[in-house]
Amino acid sequence: MSPKPRVAVFKMASCDGCQLQLLDAEDALLELAGAIEIANFAEASSRLEEGPYDVTLVEGSISTPEQVEQIKEIRAVSRFLMTIGACATSGGIQALRNGRDLAEVVRQVYPTPEYVRSLERSTPVAEHVKVDLELTGCPVDRGQLLGAIAWLLQGSVPRPPTTPVCIECKRRGYVCVVVARGEPCLGPVTRTGCGALCPAFARGCYGCFGPSQPPNTEALARRFLELGMSPVQVAEKFRFITGYAPAFRETAERLEREEASAT
Amino acid sequence: MRFLDEEGFGRLMALLAARGYVVIGPTVRDGAIVLDRIDGAKDLPRGIREAQGPGAYRLEATGDHQLFAWSHGPDSAKRFLFPPREVLSTATRLEGELRVDPAPLPEVRYAFVGLRSCDLHAIEVQDRVFAIADPAYRKRREESFYVGVNCGHPGGTCFCDSMGTGPRCAAGFDLALTELGGGFTVEPGTARGEELLSELGSREATGAEAAAAAAVTDGARERMGRRLETDDLPGLLYRNREHPRWDQVASRCLTCTNCTMVCPTCFCNDVVDGISLDGTEATRTREWASCFSEEFSHMAPGDVRKSARSRYRQWLTHKFASWIDQFGTSGCVGCGRCITWCPVGIDVTEEIAAIRVTDGEVAVAEEVVA
Amino acid sequence: MSLDVSASAVSEAEILAGVAPRVATVRRVVQEAYETYTYWLTLDDPVVRRAYRFEPGQINMFGVVGVGEIPISVSSDPARPMRLAHTIRATGRVTNVIKGLRPGDRVTLRGPFGRPWPVSAARGGNLLVVAGGLGLAPARPAIYRAIRDRGAFRRVIVLVGARGPEHMLFRHELDAWAQWLRFRGIETHLTVDIADDTWPYGEGVVTTLFPRASIDPRVTTVFTCGPEIMMRFAVRDLLGLGVPARRIWLSIERNMHCGVKLCGHCQLGPYFVCADGPIFRYDEIGELMGVAEL
Repeated sequence: MSPKPRVAVFKMASCDGCQLQLLDAEDALLELAGAIEIANFAEASSRLEEGPYDVTLVEGSISTPEQVEQIKEIRAVSRFLMTIGACATSGGIQALRNGRDLAEVVRQVYPTPEYVRSLERSTPVAEHVKVDLELTGCPVDRGQLLGAIAWLLQGSVPRPPTTPVCIECKRRGYVCVVVARGEPCLGPVTRTGCGALCPAFARGCYGCFGPSQPPNTEALARRFLELGMSPVQVAEKFRFITGYAPAFRETAERLEREEASAT
Repeated sequence: MRFLDEEGFGRLMALLAARGYVVIGPTVRDGAIVLDRIDGAKDLPRGIREAQGPGAYRLEATGDHQLFAWSHGPDSAKRFLFPPREVLSTATRLEGELRVDPAPLPEVRYAFVGLRSCDLHAIEVQDRVFAIADPAYRKRREESFYVGVNCGHPGGTCFCDSMGTGPRCAAGFDLALTELGGGFTVEPGTARGEELLSELGSREATGAEAAAAAAVTDGARERMGRRLETDDLPGLLYRNREHPRWDQVASRCLTCTNCTMVCPTCFCNDVVDGISLDGTEATRTREWASCFSEEFSHMAPGDVRKSARSRYRQWLTHKFASWIDQFGTSGCVGCGRCITWCPVGIDVTEEIAAIRVTDGEVAVAEEVVA
Repeated sequence: MSLDVSASAVSEAEILAGVAPRVATVRRVVQEAYETYTYWLTLDDPVVRRAYRFEPGQINMFGVVGVGEIPISVSSDPARPMRLAHTIRATGRVTNVIKGLRPGDRVTLRGPFGRPWPVSAARGGNLLVVAGGLGLAPARPAIYRAIRDRGAFRRVIVLVGARGPEHMLFRHELDAWAQWLRFRGIETHLTVDIADDTWPYGEGVVTTLFPRASIDPRVTTVFTCGPEIMMRFAVRDLLGLGVPARRIWLSIERNMHCGVKLCGHCQLGPYFVCADGPIFRYDEIGELMGVAEL
């Protein structure tokens, strides 16, 4: 039996919610502790060992100058780098500032803006270093995360599904909120993984898991406009948790231009 | 033909439950008539009807007391006979030894109440896919009881009349009901149905009742929401594989899989393996899949159907053409679910008609600018 | 409701072979080419092992428990079905796990599935095998069968191409065929796209071997297997030589999850590759192969 793989978990700009998916895994956590050696996981243990690591999980986006350097150092000591969650894979909610005046945004948000030192843009980890596997979601899905670790332990890299949320929504027998209520829902262009959580409560999908297989965001945007939304309202739907993901961003930008040119 | 009054219908529901069936019937949930486990006639959508169109579905109260004055919602018997997720086998790996155990055969016996003719046909279409090689399907299918309801209320997207699958139940039922004011005419379709009927206290239907029952489905035939010209559909679709309409529909199609999920005959599935972290316990699960997924055609050198155009073409051509080559029947029963439950309202009857009027047109490849 | 399944020609045993995974043990792992290994297996259950038969070109679903299954043709001799070989290149999610298998490891098999190479259709004439890269693996059982039944054919010709010498499968065996089996009437010609100093055979794509094989279109039956693009070029040239479409057979690959025509993944037009294929006659699928993304 080969020694247990050494695993590290790091956080960049994020809310810790994805790491909590691991810490809250209860029964699976014990199983996990039996299968891997947690070498560096600040949220879980004060015992922080140096690399190299066999598998490194990174939560959060690259949002500060320090993180630009830190992620390179992490990459250098990681055999396999897996980013987890919407922030790490598409810049996160904090990417809402991208394309705006940073100083103005900081002034609006923080009472003491002089302490804030951020980059102009919040960006996914893969824009900075090579990433071996991305697990999307806000937060990342625990089943997918543990499943991915199980795959790695078997010696391969999983291929998370890229099919839209709708497939899971229908498997679970939820009634479509677009068709039966006329509510906008990003499910048709968002990849499955959450278990169709929002439609389960008769709400439209927020797109937490990011764009599905090359998504037809333009066709869905047209549908939202037919439902009576303005182009900017539709753009705001796409510019949310994974709004900086290219497919969502491009459609949002186009809609904003459309509204700007109409007024 | 027999006549069963409302109390008699109540007795039917009770008797099915008493005989150990899990009764599955239409019931209102989250703004739609879905199929679910019901506990008697009280759970049926009394006085409810629906309005359906491409990408739109709304319930309305009618104020009357009818139980079946609606057309089907998103669910069909497929959800129960071919469940969305089903464990196929489990495996244990310990000290180098490997043990694989097929999942035990299902014990549940369903009684379906209120299936329309289109959906009874759909079950027979899926039989041709699963009945031989899937023992669990076969057991569920054989042990279930089927109460059909002749359709007097076709939906705005229905076209069973074009597909020859309704609105009158012709086969595949143990009992077929027609709802009239104050009761139902009943016809047994099997000895099993006849036997059950004999315990319900029905009476011979009058000539007027029989005529009224016939008028229900005759009227429905006149009110189909859609029509489809089915003449030589395989030929039409096979010779139009490069038709520009595929690009046109792909610009609207979300490839979201909804049409295939609600289709009562779509059978595609993935086999998905999972393993415990310590590598000792594994589960093999089958789940509903869709030819609209890019990964559905994944191969090492690349996915076969990368474009939305090719995936839509695959689905439509399979449903209306190659299904016939494969299984000796069309894959479409004209239920219209794929039209209603498409979030952007793509209408198969419209797509096929568009190809038919421009039969033979070929997409001109865009000129490559050097 | 009683279902009429009696019309089916499928026996209960065949159904079980298709549905229930059987455990097999890896006996030997042999590297054949770059990232490509042959796994020699025996089915664990002695009853199943003795009953197991396969035809050349047929597929098994090869499974690693908890990871997944891949459809892969048997690459060993159909006359010795108790020793099964699958030759697999590590290119994906499942095959990368397979690469880690060692003797003694347990895997699962379901099958065999599909329509085989019609070796007997070539009897009385010439059998020409045209293989590219990994495509030699599914063709090898047909070659074995022809070798065992050599007297039934006028000529048996094996043409193999690969990207480079390091991608040529079964190299020792091919060397042997090329060097001494010709005395027993197996004509083997090899080529690689890009040769190196050690390569004693031809250079160029596999179709460049056609002139050396002096193909007689009137009596030749062709089995071809390899990347679709290679098969397309091979077929084009063979048709040009006058070989009729109905005597050209190809092996087609598609995604597969079940093997028994119920998962839908392997469809190619009206066909299920798992059952109607993987071996097709060119006049059955030529038109379909020409349609992009079908």
